[in-house]
Amino acid sequence: MLSCRQATELMSQEQDRPLTFAERFGLRLHVLICTGCNNYRRQMAVLRAACRRFGSGGTP
Amino acid sequence: MYAMDPDRQSELNALRPDLLRFARLQLRDAGAAEDAVQETLLAALAGSHRFESRSSYKTWLISILRNKIVDTIRSQSRELPASSLAADEAGDERLDDALFDRRSHWQDSARPMHWADPEASFEQQQFWKVFEACLDRLPAKTARVFMMREFLGFETEEICKEAGISASNCWVVLHRARLGLRTCLETNWFAGAGT
Repeated sequence: MLSCRQATELMSQEQDRPLTFAERFGLRLHVLICTGCNNYRRQMAVLRAACRRFGSGGTP
Repeated sequence: MYAMDPDRQSELNALRPDLLRFARLQLRDAGAAEDAVQETLLAALAGSHRFESRSSYKTWLISILRNKIVDTIRSQSRELPASSLAADEAGDERLDDALFDRRSHWQDSARPMHWADPEASFEQQQFWKVFEACLDRLPAKTARVFMMREFLGFETEEICKEAGISASNCWVVLHRARLGLRTCLETNWFAGAGT
């Protein structure tokens, strides 16, 4: 079973490289039972959206 | 010398502080940031595009500026030694201790929250002030690698090459940046009255 620390590392890496099957499986299992990491994964998506917006000059 | 449309010039003057902040965040060098913005403004004045709104003008200027920043980073890439990344790591350990317990699970006080309606936050200028302050708080080299990836659109392999670090080191640095940034945003925005 992944620790939350390991899960956060994979949730970052999935933004930069394709995860292996085993990594994806382990991560899916972890976020299913861990609310904190489930929220963290959504936060990674928000972070990327914010960066897209900021980096393209689309801020108000 | 270019003939300057007075309207265009006042728009440029109004947007200049935004451009300068954008360049400074990424280059962390006031002189280099100033140079990149100057070159952007010259290129913009030479162009004869017409824009429907100030926001589309800003988007266009930022895209020119991004290219200037990429040029600057490429010309200074040898100045990013792995040793200075190591210097960033002391702060990383302190952050880890605050977030994770000995079993590497979330501390109760640090468990990530649900961020309500981020799109609504994106519409608020105050959110972006916090966002910039949080970026600015990242260690310098970590921030450099992160912004190359997220703002300038570099692929990881290219960042590794420019920064002279291994791919796995690059992923670690990007992870540290994201962890630091989301923690800062949660503490200073999403957990507070900002939302």
